[in-house]
Amino acid sequence: MLRSGIIAKKVGMTRLFMEDGKQIPVTVLQLDNLQVVAQRTVEKDGYTAVQLGAGAAKVKRVSKAMRGHFAAAKVEPKRKIAEFRVAPENLIAVGEEIIAAHYFEGQFVDVSGTSIGKGFAGVMKRHNFGGLRASHGVSVSHRSHGSVGQCQDPGKIFKGKKMAGHMGSARITTQNLQVIRTDADRGLIMVKGAVPGNKGGWVTVKDAVKKPVPEHVIYPAALRSHADEAKRLAEAAAAEAAAAAEAAAKAAAEAEEAALQAAEAEAAASIAADAEKEGKE
Amino acid sequence: MDLIAQLEAEQIAALGKTIPDFKAGDTIRVGYKVTEGTRTRVQNYEGVCIGRKHGSGIAGSFTVRKISFGEGVERVFPLYSTNISEITVVRRGKVRRAKLYYLRDRRGKSARISEVTNYKAKE
Repeated sequence: MLRSGIIAKKVGMTRLFMEDGKQIPVTVLQLDNLQVVAQRTVEKDGYTAVQLGAGAAKVKRVSKAMRGHFAAAKVEPKRKIAEFRVAPENLIAVGEEIIAAHYFEGQFVDVSGTSIGKGFAGVMKRHNFGGLRASHGVSVSHRSHGSVGQCQDPGKIFKGKKMAGHMGSARITTQNLQVIRTDADRGLIMVKGAVPGNKGGWVTVKDAVKKPVPEHVIYPAALRSHADEAKRLAEAAAAEAAAAAEAAAKAAAEAEEAALQAAEAEAAASIAADAEKEGKE
Repeated sequence: MDLIAQLEAEQIAALGKTIPDFKAGDTIRVGYKVTEGTRTRVQNYEGVCIGRKHGSGIAGSFTVRKISFGEGVERVFPLYSTNISEITVVRRGKVRRAKLYYLRDRRGKSARISEVTNYKAKE
């Protein structure tokens, strides 16, 4: 029952103080206009997935082809687009908006993003090598690596040898981060710990693959339309209940009034009877 | 205000703590909740605040130093920790540094801090 993930914007980190005295470092992720832009189906594409879009892009900075794509889905142009594989029964209709209630507190998620670029980095920073000694004849090359291979046999450096080179700006997934708090009104999800990437960067959040799927996750997704519908129903139910209560109160009041009137009439009658009695006497 | 600052301000408001005005050099008493088994009691820790870090926001913390049984002890408390029941200022000290790390090398008479006599509370 694979369900869709979400695209979120990394807002930054803060901490939460809990009642039991613990403080938890959290990364705040924000959902920004997250809508379904397209569907991938077995008949057409050979697999099932939903294509989500997040953020808002200026129309003039969107290519004509993409403008057509967004127009077909009848959604505003999106800044970031990502595809999520889903089970066929969990496909979401195009144009639906996903809200932060998609994840619940305590759930574990995997967060992927593009890590902060470090440029050309040496082996000590890139691969945690130890470097060479500070003294004992080492000159200039204190932060270098040592030997990179053997001798005439094999006569080459093995592929994949850890060396200096470009570091960062790679797609990184951090697994099993716990969702600490969600705020559906503002579209916020707070996960415990750090998340790859810069502030303002886009990340994708999925249910943790290394944890059992929690029981009460929402299928196919927590949608704005469903939330609105539920709210409307709740309001209608509340209004109905209020109306019923009012009617009951009115009926009670009427009954009371009637009883009062009856009592008054009786009293008047008795007074009249008394008067009559007195008159006779 | 950016979102993070807003969230932090909300959390500070929700915690509802009143932090007294204090700075490095002040002698303060911190009531710290200690849980022993199932019982929770408040333990007082009194000493000289030798520095405050990370401002007065949610990330703020302060270091309290005292001499306990002839041994210098320092504890760092988060300003808004839910384990702190109360912070009281016992004495206001007059110092010319923001961080009093020099106290670590001093003992006795030279580690004294003179008191501020004309302290004015900030409104």
